[in-house]
Amino acid sequence: MSCLQTIQDYGLRSLGIGERLLPRENFTLCEQFTLIGSGMLWNIYFGVIALLTGFFFATALGVGKASANPWFRKPAEWFIFIFRGSPLFIQFFFGYFLFLSLKSEYAFFAPFTAAWLGALIVLFLNTAAYSGEIFYGALQSIPKGDVEAADAYGLSGWSRFRRVIWPTSLRLAWPAYTNEAIFLFHATTLVFFSGFPAWQQRGDALYYASYFADKTFNPFVPYPILAGYFILLTLCIIGVFGLINSRLNRHLPQAQRRKIRLRPNLIR
Amino acid sequence: MFSFCTDPSILDDWFWTACYLTTGVHMSFYMSFLKVLMLLAVTAPVALAFGFGGAMMARARFAPLSWVGKGYIALVRGVPDIAFFLFFVIALDQGIEYLRHKVLCSDWDMPVRQGNDFVVCQAAKMPLGNAAQWVHETYGFSLAVFTFAIVFGAFAANVLFGAMRAVPRAQLETAEAYGMSHRQTFWRVLVPQMWVYALPGLSNLWMVLIKATPLLFLLGVEDIVYWARELGGTKTPRFTDYPHPDWRMWYFLALLVFYLLFTRISEIALDRLMKRLTRGQATTGGEAQRRAGA
Repeated sequence: MSCLQTIQDYGLRSLGIGERLLPRENFTLCEQFTLIGSGMLWNIYFGVIALLTGFFFATALGVGKASANPWFRKPAEWFIFIFRGSPLFIQFFFGYFLFLSLKSEYAFFAPFTAAWLGALIVLFLNTAAYSGEIFYGALQSIPKGDVEAADAYGLSGWSRFRRVIWPTSLRLAWPAYTNEAIFLFHATTLVFFSGFPAWQQRGDALYYASYFADKTFNPFVPYPILAGYFILLTLCIIGVFGLINSRLNRHLPQAQRRKIRLRPNLIR
Repeated sequence: MFSFCTDPSILDDWFWTACYLTTGVHMSFYMSFLKVLMLLAVTAPVALAFGFGGAMMARARFAPLSWVGKGYIALVRGVPDIAFFLFFVIALDQGIEYLRHKVLCSDWDMPVRQGNDFVVCQAAKMPLGNAAQWVHETYGFSLAVFTFAIVFGAFAANVLFGAMRAVPRAQLETAEAYGMSHRQTFWRVLVPQMWVYALPGLSNLWMVLIKATPLLFLLGVEDIVYWARELGGTKTPRFTDYPHPDWRMWYFLALLVFYLLFTRISEIALDRLMKRLTRGQATTGGEAQRRAGA
């Protein structure tokens, strides 16, 4: 069987399109590359959607935590503490079993027990908490002069936030936020190892990698492939976030721009 | 456990709960919390030692050694950690068995990898097939510790490497001016001073390590996640005296609370340690303490 044929059969296997049965023996390198790559679609899906939706919630959380009003501050602080203080792995389990018991009461929650929605919600809340803390930190370190200048121009309330505070805080937070994004993509590999079942063996990249490692009892092929894919993905994220970073800092002279330093060194 | 627990079906709610929470399996559940704490207690120093070694290597003046150190740091940090955990456990196991195979069964003429199988001679099996149950468990646990130490060692190496570079250059120059050798400068001046720079990074790492402990479950150790899944599942009256519906959600809620408390306590403790370490240091923190005291 040629490699092209394999790609046709298994390229979209993680979405349920193509050959139903996974290969069982005599695994070729091509099969491993194709299936693990196909699983990456799930990692990208979880990462992108959670990041996009989480961004807005995180902004709200950051502003809430920085607010002087305890009715906004306390809930934001607690939310951030709960999601940053406990392991994502446990959050996945808890979320899954929570949705499972809700499902037995109300049929409405049936889709929530599937990974595509349930795990996405957990990831969304989790990334919102981590990014919310980053945005909070950035809001705290806005140069005093910027705010004073805004006051001097007669800006106040929403327009001051929209035109001065928010853009400046984004600019400050962006390098840290890039790391958070990279790290979120790494965290998506946990989904199918927690409670969420991989329905009809439609899993993510790590799911397939461990499938191959279990079948061949040889970890030296599938895991390096997975690592390669993730390094590529990381480079793409750095590229995209770097573009946004230069757009955010386009008014500054070249030398003053803050470089993004790669520091993805955490486990949630 | 209690004397009134002989027939749970007639007890009222409070007594039932008391009996339920003290059954034998629940005791194993509580013991698994100790297992997690033990993992932390063992892993943290080992990982710190790995990190120290890695940072020293990365600083080495002999280029290949410094490449190895830097490569170790870069490699582990670029890839999802969980992939590393899954990889190392099998790889270490096979590596040990392969070495034992080479030493113990040198007359073996078949290849070790036959298609999908990894075949070594009986004497090289680790642990031996006829070993006691606790040997298997201990072996699995130490593999897990070693894996954690490798991964977290890389993170710690990165932190310590940064901290060693953060020590003011003037301090080292002073040491050299006093005629200290390279080694003496390192051990007597650099190492004692670097901790205050390393502590924020290391305390962050400690938090991360705490949150990584549920991954033990993936390494095949019977840890808290394993027991929470076991105990929480629906129990029918046929198999147990304490039938209950699916309670896994509550068990995981308990784990969540356990981790939150643990994080909070660590935060407070590390805060105190930071205060203690900054005392007398030539940093803003140390200066502020001096002013407050004066």
